[in-house]
Amino acid sequence: MAQATFEEISASDFFYRNRDIAGFTNPSRAIFAAIRELVENSLDATESQKIPPEIYVRLSFEGEASKDTQIYKLRVEDNGSGIQPRFIPSAFGQVLYGSKYKLKQTRGTFGLGGKMAVLYGQIMTHQPAYVTSSTGLAKVYSFKLMIDIQRNRPVILERKVLINKEQWRGTIVEFTLEGDYLRARSKILDYLKQTAMVNPYANLTFVDPKGRLYKFTRVTKDMPEPPKETEPHPYGVDVELLQRLIQVTPYRNMIEFLKRHFHRVGDITAQKFLEFSGLNPSKNPKRLSHEEIVRLMQNLKKFKDFLPPDASCLSPLGEELLKAGIMKELKPEYLVVNQRKPSTYAGHPFIVELGIAYGGEVPKRGSFVIYRFANKIPLLYDEASDVSFRVINSMNWRRYKVSPDMPIAIVVHICSTKVPYKTVGKEFIADRPEVRREVANALREVGRQLQHFLSKREHVDREKRRLSVFAKYLPRIAEFSTILAGKEKQPDIEKLIKSVQKYGTEEK
Amino acid sequence: MAQKKSKGVIAEKKNEVMSNLKKLGTQIYDQLDSGVFPTITMPSRSTDNIHYDPDLRQYVLGEKSVTRSARNIRHVKPFTQLAWAAMFSNELTSHRKTSTLRDVYYSAQAYNMTFKDQQESNNIITDLETATSHSREDFNIFPEERSAVFGDLTIEYTVPGYEGKTLNLASHPDGVLIGPALTSSEFASTTADKVIAIEKGGLFTRFIEENVHKKHNAMLVLTAGQAPRQTRYFIRRLHDELKLPVYIFTDGDPWGMHIAMVIISGSANAAHLRELNTPDAKWSGVWASDIVNYKLPTDPLDDVDIKRLYELQRDPRYKEDPLWQKEIKTFLRIKRKAEQEAFSRYGLTYIVDEYLPTKLKETK
Repeated sequence: MAQATFEEISASDFFYRNRDIAGFTNPSRAIFAAIRELVENSLDATESQKIPPEIYVRLSFEGEASKDTQIYKLRVEDNGSGIQPRFIPSAFGQVLYGSKYKLKQTRGTFGLGGKMAVLYGQIMTHQPAYVTSSTGLAKVYSFKLMIDIQRNRPVILERKVLINKEQWRGTIVEFTLEGDYLRARSKILDYLKQTAMVNPYANLTFVDPKGRLYKFTRVTKDMPEPPKETEPHPYGVDVELLQRLIQVTPYRNMIEFLKRHFHRVGDITAQKFLEFSGLNPSKNPKRLSHEEIVRLMQNLKKFKDFLPPDASCLSPLGEELLKAGIMKELKPEYLVVNQRKPSTYAGHPFIVELGIAYGGEVPKRGSFVIYRFANKIPLLYDEASDVSFRVINSMNWRRYKVSPDMPIAIVVHICSTKVPYKTVGKEFIADRPEVRREVANALREVGRQLQHFLSKREHVDREKRRLSVFAKYLPRIAEFSTILAGKEKQPDIEKLIKSVQKYGTEEK
Repeated sequence: MAQKKSKGVIAEKKNEVMSNLKKLGTQIYDQLDSGVFPTITMPSRSTDNIHYDPDLRQYVLGEKSVTRSARNIRHVKPFTQLAWAAMFSNELTSHRKTSTLRDVYYSAQAYNMTFKDQQESNNIITDLETATSHSREDFNIFPEERSAVFGDLTIEYTVPGYEGKTLNLASHPDGVLIGPALTSSEFASTTADKVIAIEKGGLFTRFIEENVHKKHNAMLVLTAGQAPRQTRYFIRRLHDELKLPVYIFTDGDPWGMHIAMVIISGSANAAHLRELNTPDAKWSGVWASDIVNYKLPTDPLDDVDIKRLYELQRDPRYKEDPLWQKEIKTFLRIKRKAEQEAFSRYGLTYIVDEYLPTKLKETK
């Protein structure tokens, strides 16, 4: 019998062995994922400072790797906040290091997007990554890095400090990776187009390995309010989180502990809750037994009187920006958007924003074109499993005089501190009743307005057809009757045609 | 022998038709000219407005009327088509050209006035008939069907190129087609003192061969099944202008009986028109009672025949003369029918020598 051996592995090692989880499944998916992770980091870095993003992506061909894959150099530049020099090595050279553990809406969730890309590049090509960044102060810092996978540590190969003459601010990441651009191309372009749709204030530029330039230009410099960091809501905590909070808390009684570490818990709520769960308000949280912590967690979920989380930790686009983005990318004939009020599922706040676009450049496919977004990230895979897809397809569209063979695009954006993805691949959103309800309500709202538009348009069309019938036949009647009556001059019928226009609506 | 002459009937009618068409055109023109949507009012042809008029002894349209308005989106197209049809008919009559319903359908395309199908253009012509109270033959629009006439009647053509020329209708042994040139002719002179209308071509030829026209001083008219409108009009003219009594011989079945009835009392389809029927015409045979009396070879009545008999029994036209009801009852009782040719069992000339004189006397 073979003897099993156990060894500890580092986080880098774990992801090295399980890179599918982060989306690096195959050479075409990998190249798409790398671009996507870095672009999203850049967007987060700009948005947090309310800087209209200026992002440049270049993928250049470096050589053949195998029959189907090539080596590419990927370079992503942004004008974001920049990273302080002491954090740069860890930010790109150590998996799970990042600013994304506090609660606010961000694009990534693992905090490993950029690192994963760098890690993947290193695995496949054994080349270092170059990171240059400045926060806009006097100096620019440039690092040449590799990751020590087994120990999950950055290895600095070179560090340069330059004078920031032009007061540049931002981050540049460049590394080599292996992939299949030809196959990834359409997904990458979809991704950029859809990213441009929900970030109408961003300039995105992409130069592909063939030297083709793709530019997505901003239509506004208005940006949504950046999300504020908040404490976790009582409904959303688990035992692990409770234990960590207890470890770090400086507070010595349960009242303060609850008030300071939980979202929307004040004096009164804290007292009521402690009464409800039979805990002594002056008890030191660090003295809670394991059983008491488990019971505390259960009671936090059971207690009905916690206020719902507020949405300040969320940064939805808002109806104006969503409109601007959809207008810019689809140029529809008609567009209506709807932002739902904040709602919650399992203690996590979320907001659904939805738009429906008709005509223009919206393709006619025989089914609705659905654009799904979570925290301003396009979701491009597994559409049929997504809650939005299901809600859209279970709607009775005939009630709204809408049929799937119309050129209609539906844009669904869900933002949350914790997007309810169904799988680790994070490509589709779980069918949670709270989310389903919000999506359905938003759809009904825009559906009603679309119906109004469609029937109005139909009315106008019908009027036009009506007019054209009169304009076609009245002159003929004049012509024939003139001949038949043996007259010289045709009667003037302009007045009659005009009168049809004027009173046109009174007839059925 | 009586010489009858009836000049000018055709010319007079032509003038009336053209003046009516012009009146319609002027009415539309004047409405347009005064800034009003033109309308045309005509009797309704819906079934609830078709009544049997016992005095006229034909179907007529009732009081209800419909107004076609160019103001109405659903009327403006048919209105235009009607205006076109009126103009086209006016051209036909004033240039003395003839046309057919099929021809009208295609002619419209020359004016960029397409009809959806033949039915649509036929309906518009019927509208024009209703609006002007003239039959389409008056506008020189003739159907494709043809029937024939034979006998001593001299006609004088009015069609272009033949004006003033005459023709004796006994000059060709196959008979003369009842077409536009004939129906638009004036009647010059005749020695005939009756009209015999015959349903079938075979018997028509037999009658000519056997000199029925001479023996009985008769004009022979072949209806070729259900008599076309122009033939019915022609028979009416023979009756009205030349004062000739009309006798009709058909097969001895409900369908033959109805051929006679349409010549006598007209059809519901032509309720908007007058002078297509000859109320004084007589159905002389073959009656159901003839089948019994002459012991004719017969076929059984089938279901359709019987159903038709019950329909005819309820038809107001069949309540005019007790003869009809009596014969219908006989048919229903014997449940047999016979064709005119059935007399051949007594020899080829029996029908001419025996049957015909008897029946003419009987129905006088």
